[in-house]
Amino acid sequence: MSTLASRPSKASATTAISALAYDGTAMLSRHLRRLRHNPGLLILTQSMPITMLLFFGYVFGSALAIPGEDYRAFLVPGLLVATAANGIMTGMFQAAQDTHRGVMDRLRTLPISRAAVPLGQALADLVVTAAGTVPLLLVGLAVGWRIEGSALRALGAVGLLLLFRFATTWIGIYLGLLSRSEEAAGQLGGATFLLPLLSNAYIPTDGLPGWLRILAEWNPISAVATAMRSLFGNAPVPGDGAWPVVHPVAGSLAWCVVLIVVFLPLAVRRYAEGEG
Amino acid sequence: MRYGRRMTTTYAVLSDGLEKSFGEVHAVRGLDLAVAEGSVCGLLGPNGAGKTTAVRLLTTLLRSDAGSARVAGHDLVREPAAVRRRIGVTGQYASVDGDLTGRENLRLFARLHRLKGPAVRADDLLDRFGLTEAADRPASTYSGGMRRRLDLAASLVKRPEVLFLDEPTTGLDPAARNQIWAAVRGLKDEGTTVLLTTQYLEEADQLADDIALVEHGRVAHTGSPAQLKALIGSYAEVMVADTGALLGAAGILAQVAGSTPVLDRHRLTVGAVTTDPTVTLPRLVRELDAAGVALLDVSLRPPTLDDVFLRLTERKELAA
Repeated sequence: MSTLASRPSKASATTAISALAYDGTAMLSRHLRRLRHNPGLLILTQSMPITMLLFFGYVFGSALAIPGEDYRAFLVPGLLVATAANGIMTGMFQAAQDTHRGVMDRLRTLPISRAAVPLGQALADLVVTAAGTVPLLLVGLAVGWRIEGSALRALGAVGLLLLFRFATTWIGIYLGLLSRSEEAAGQLGGATFLLPLLSNAYIPTDGLPGWLRILAEWNPISAVATAMRSLFGNAPVPGDGAWPVVHPVAGSLAWCVVLIVVFLPLAVRRYAEGEG
Repeated sequence: MRYGRRMTTTYAVLSDGLEKSFGEVHAVRGLDLAVAEGSVCGLLGPNGAGKTTAVRLLTTLLRSDAGSARVAGHDLVREPAAVRRRIGVTGQYASVDGDLTGRENLRLFARLHRLKGPAVRADDLLDRFGLTEAADRPASTYSGGMRRRLDLAASLVKRPEVLFLDEPTTGLDPAARNQIWAAVRGLKDEGTTVLLTTQYLEEADQLADDIALVEHGRVAHTGSPAQLKALIGSYAEVMVADTGALLGAAGILAQVAGSTPVLDRHRLTVGAVTTDPTVTLPRLVRELDAAGVALLDVSLRPPTLDDVFLRLTERKELAA
């Protein structure tokens, strides 16, 4: 980044990008190696949404009636998005751990691309998320969820899901770099499980009181969950509501772009500058 | 800081009036430091003196509020990337990844330094620091000494021109400490410039060519360990059998040491600071014995860091 800033010539930009690619790949492989040493953590995080699918699907599902729909089919896309929103928590926790255990500072003293360290973390997270989607979808199929649209639209749904995860991870990385301690990051990260509760991930928002419905529908999770249901062909796009929910694909893309444009530079700058 | 070579000396670290505040706390307030190429410089000072902030400034981890510095020939603020290519850093805050094995850590850093053959370099370093056997265990399972050796190895992946060691032996047992000391001496022999911080006078004495005493974010005094010890002197202490012998011992000690002795009637000891190099333990014993003082114990020990700062403060007060 510093080469880019000081000498904005074409040659140095090419050098900066190739350095970013090289260092980013090294950091990506570092994160994947860490997971290999700690498979328990991976299994735990991947089994959470499956547990929730079975729990919500059968406990709430017996009480919730959604006109013209099966609740579990409604829940699977919602859970996929709620799990993607956990990128805030995992991103925050990882960045806080690296910050407070001295890894970030060692990396900062190395002559490497300033964007590579957070980028490597975000990309590794994406690989893990993509792999983790498979078991959740399989259990979804077992409890009655189906891809009811075209394969292309379904692929689009998965792409959108990963883009949303990429966006939330940058929020997490930024907050983790700001955190005062690992514990503080853990507590704040734990609180993010509330975010999908205030969206249409688990329940339809039509029945909510006016102001709460507005809040829930402007929650990015609602837009992405609605887009997923539409792309998988599980539910039609609602006729009325907030703009991002009525235009879920455009709304989701807009949300992702906004989050990335805001939080990616913030996180990279915070990483590069440290405490100042 | 090597005297008598002023015309030819090049400095690996040269700082001029570096300042850094955190809110109301002025951690570093005008740090002037000159570390000759190939030498070992010890930044010696108590907790909170600003040593760590100084190192964090000099290693590009913090940006100074004022002042300037050159490290390995490059300006800290204008050419941070060039500085980073030439330094190694080991401190409690600059650590390896505990979830990776020792080998994986070193390979990662070798890759990030663009070394050809990162695996070979990692194996060399594991061997050099006695970590080959533990190479494939996660670093979080290492003992304190092994962890510190791995941290040090990680700073040496690309042979640095200037190595920064922030309290390299704090919290280590004597055996682990000696291993780190041996490693630092080896690096000096290879021509690496080392800047280390320590709270232990003994450590600075053992390793450093020059010592910079740091107090309240400034360099209070610089000199070789010998110059510093001559300045501060040693502390002679005599323990006697009963109160009656205390005054006699104090008289002899005052004469030999050439300073006012301090009596402790409770412990039955009398002590005095001496800067006279002819005062040795045998001479103390001979003179006290000749005067018929019944001795239980005699010691002549180097001053502690507390003594050093106490003496320096006294000197300043006298001068003022």
